[in-house]
Amino acid sequence: MTPIFPADINGMLLTLAIFLTGGLLCLLAGPRARLAHLLGAASAAIASAIGFASALPALSAATPQHMTLALPAAGIGLTLTLDPLAAFFLLPVFLLTFCGALYAIDYLHFPARGWRAGLHWFFFNTLGASMAVVVLAANALVFMLAWELMSLSSFFLVTHDYQEEKVRQAGWLYLVATHLGAAFLFFLFFEASRVAGSLDFASFAALRALPIDSVLLLFFAALIGFGAKAGLFPMHVWLPDAHPAAPSHVSAIMSGVMIKTAIYGLLRMLTFLPPLPAWVGIAVALLGITGALFGIAMAATQTDIKRSLAYSTVENIGLIFLGFGLWLFCLATGHPTAALLALLGALLHIWNHSLFKGLLFLGAGALVHATGNRELSAMGGLLRRMPLTGSLLFFGAAAISALPPLNGFISEWLLYLSLFQTGQEAAAGAAFLFMLLAILLALVGGMVMLVMTRLLGVALQGEPRSQAAATAHESSPLLLAAMAIPAGFCLLVGIAPQMPIGLINGPLIALVSPGCAGIDAALLPPFGPTWSLAMLTALLLLVAVVALRIWRGRHANRLATWGCGYPNPNTRMAYTGGSYSQLAQDTVFCSCVLPVAASTRGAAFFPSPASFSQERLDPVLLRWFLPLFHKLAEQAYAFRRLQAGQLNIYVLYIFTTTILLLGWSIMTP
Amino acid sequence: MLIRLLLHLLLLAGLSPLLIGVITRTKAIIAGRQGAPLWQPYRDLWKLFRKEMVLSSTTTWVFRAGPVVGIVVPILAALLIPFGAIGAPVSFGGDLVLFVYLFGLSRFFTVLAALDTGSSFEGMGAAREATFSCLAEPTLFVAFIVLARISGSFTLETMFNTLLVGNSQSVYGVSLILTAICLFIILLAENCRIPFDDPNTHLELTMIHEVMVLDHSGPDLGLILYGAAMKLMVMATLVVNFIMPPATGSLLVDAGLYVAALLALAVGVGLVESSMARLRLIKVPQLLIGTSLLSFFALVLLLR
Repeated sequence: MTPIFPADINGMLLTLAIFLTGGLLCLLAGPRARLAHLLGAASAAIASAIGFASALPALSAATPQHMTLALPAAGIGLTLTLDPLAAFFLLPVFLLTFCGALYAIDYLHFPARGWRAGLHWFFFNTLGASMAVVVLAANALVFMLAWELMSLSSFFLVTHDYQEEKVRQAGWLYLVATHLGAAFLFFLFFEASRVAGSLDFASFAALRALPIDSVLLLFFAALIGFGAKAGLFPMHVWLPDAHPAAPSHVSAIMSGVMIKTAIYGLLRMLTFLPPLPAWVGIAVALLGITGALFGIAMAATQTDIKRSLAYSTVENIGLIFLGFGLWLFCLATGHPTAALLALLGALLHIWNHSLFKGLLFLGAGALVHATGNRELSAMGGLLRRMPLTGSLLFFGAAAISALPPLNGFISEWLLYLSLFQTGQEAAAGAAFLFMLLAILLALVGGMVMLVMTRLLGVALQGEPRSQAAATAHESSPLLLAAMAIPAGFCLLVGIAPQMPIGLINGPLIALVSPGCAGIDAALLPPFGPTWSLAMLTALLLLVAVVALRIWRGRHANRLATWGCGYPNPNTRMAYTGGSYSQLAQDTVFCSCVLPVAASTRGAAFFPSPASFSQERLDPVLLRWFLPLFHKLAEQAYAFRRLQAGQLNIYVLYIFTTTILLLGWSIMTP
Repeated sequence: MLIRLLLHLLLLAGLSPLLIGVITRTKAIIAGRQGAPLWQPYRDLWKLFRKEMVLSSTTTWVFRAGPVVGIVVPILAALLIPFGAIGAPVSFGGDLVLFVYLFGLSRFFTVLAALDTGSSFEGMGAAREATFSCLAEPTLFVAFIVLARISGSFTLETMFNTLLVGNSQSVYGVSLILTAICLFIILLAENCRIPFDDPNTHLELTMIHEVMVLDHSGPDLGLILYGAAMKLMVMATLVVNFIMPPATGSLLVDAGLYVAALLALAVGVGLVESSMARLRLIKVPQLLIGTSLLSFFALVLLLR
């Protein structure tokens, strides 16, 4: 297959150039908001399209492409490398940036004159460019610069609606969390470059010779630093606040691809480090499954549709890390087939998650756009008012619930097979653990279905619960087109999984996991043309039968819902999101994921004032991080005494420091 | 393979309503009544398919898609498992995950079709169904893991064929008995049987599956009933496969033995239903979790 563009890094340069010039032009367009809006969207879309086309052939290219832009006078250089691992992460980055840009044309509303449009698109283009450079970077300095740029531009995008207090708070939390993670990354790269001798990734191969203690230190610094950005439990606390606060196309990009760049960073570090011991794999897997259980339990109790989807992202990241933990364990214990299955499942889940989560966030954004707020209890009946948007959301929910024949099912299938395979091959104690993980994975899957049916049932079905929902309008064609692209890919990956598996199973696997040979076809389900034909036929038959039944019933009598004889059903009687998950909350969840509620009720005979309040912050933030930060703040307050507030004291400080420095410079030769 | 496919489809389509009839008849006889004839479900289906349909104005295409998915999924799932000694027409590596998730697909559409009506009754049934299936699905997985561990393969056909060979019963007897009991309890849970749900009433006390179909009528209701009967037969096959003898060489004799075992199991389900009352709703999760632990214990016995 001849690529449209050569598998050449020059395509990437062109992409970056278009992103950056587009962003700057938006700023220069100045107060002409409409021009800036269209210019920004066009540059982002064109750049993403070129980038996608350039990255696709690089996924199966055996030799990586390098590019260096050096400025010897300034002593700095920009080194980029396009190899299969980078291409793997660039594809979803460019796909979702394209869809987000398309979506935002009709989604965002700007006043006719003002700088907001220009600023928004400047930061959007910068985000796209910086995500690409993070993945392409071949030098620790370039990586961290792009990382910081990515964090800052996404911060400004998150706080797009800065007039609202909650958005500002969410942005602040996001900024703090991302910089705390970046602190660990700084430590990681300082340490690694100190050992390796230079900042270039090419020299990091020297890390393979390190003793196990240093390797573990580097790995856990990477896990915490990258995990904070990826949303790994327990460092996910910024995710449920930042993703709802951002405009929906930004949420889709953040949730779909920005957190995946953190996973890229972790994988890249793993290619430099020597093989890790088995207990590290188990620790990562346990962290992953805990995050998955926690995320999906929290998602079931949220009333904000985008917050629920954000917690679902935490769950999926947990599943990806479960796959990675399993891969590390199987590599360490010498089970290459199970390791490869786990790695394949985790990598495919990265792609699948960006596809269906992008679709879900864009769809939720369309609902928010139509009704004017994010609360589930203000929606309802939207499938009848917005049939195309609603059907696409159905599609996304079915994909994320891992239902055959869509893509989510394929990656969960691979994860299950790897867990079963490890359980068969491992010793009795470890086998027990992996069987338990398989069962917990089944529990997570069941709960995903609970969460998704809750979202669809309360938001899209039944009768409208508010005036805004009753007058909602269908999304514009651009919004629908932006949603249809990931939906189409979801269907494609689900029906023809041999294509993405074939793309992943080549040089990418060889790069990431050199110890594993090709995958044993007998273990995999028989994905191939026969499978695709069978799935496609089954799906088309199903759609045809449903369409036929709908057509045959078009003259049926239409009355109000019977519901066992209630004469006047109204929306106050219908099930809300809270009632739907109440049974699960009471019977399945443990108290640590339940919201912290405070209520006072008088015990006297006559009615007395009562109050009820519920803490809306994430429990991990509330119970672990905030007390920790308060303690640290209390310790730090002791240093306040140094700030006496009087000029004389400050002059004394300067004088003392000068004397000490003079003495030190005299004494040292 | 074509003969096996035809035999599977014929048995599934022809026998499933009879199982419902046998269960109802058994319950009636135990209660001291004459009871409806054994082929009453066939007459009900025939009547429903010819009836006119009334639709709720609140519903959309999801409401119409629910019954269709509800009948297609058991047919597809039945193709993956062997009926006694009659082999499965379609089998490949890892199909046990597809089997479980096919039922997840039918549950997804059933729950959403119920929520589509916007009625609180259907919403209640949908919430309960979604919650209880979270707890029932892991048990099914553990039962399959036990079989996979014994047979060394992840293909449903191979897993069940190993039981037919006869040796594994003596070696792994206790695990297999426990697994069969757990599968029987899951059969009761997933198919709307006492002690989880009462298939005869539509009152709030007994609402899980029966309440989700309140607004369906006519051919849609017929499809739902037929699909439910097929699902019962598929899950009963899982239990019956534990006690089937090996292949006798004649397909007719194998089919006859399988049908006899199914009818015996239907009578057993009727007996269990007659001998206990429906559980209080808050006890249902406890029973499901207990079943999970029991199946897990069966797995642990294997791993020692």
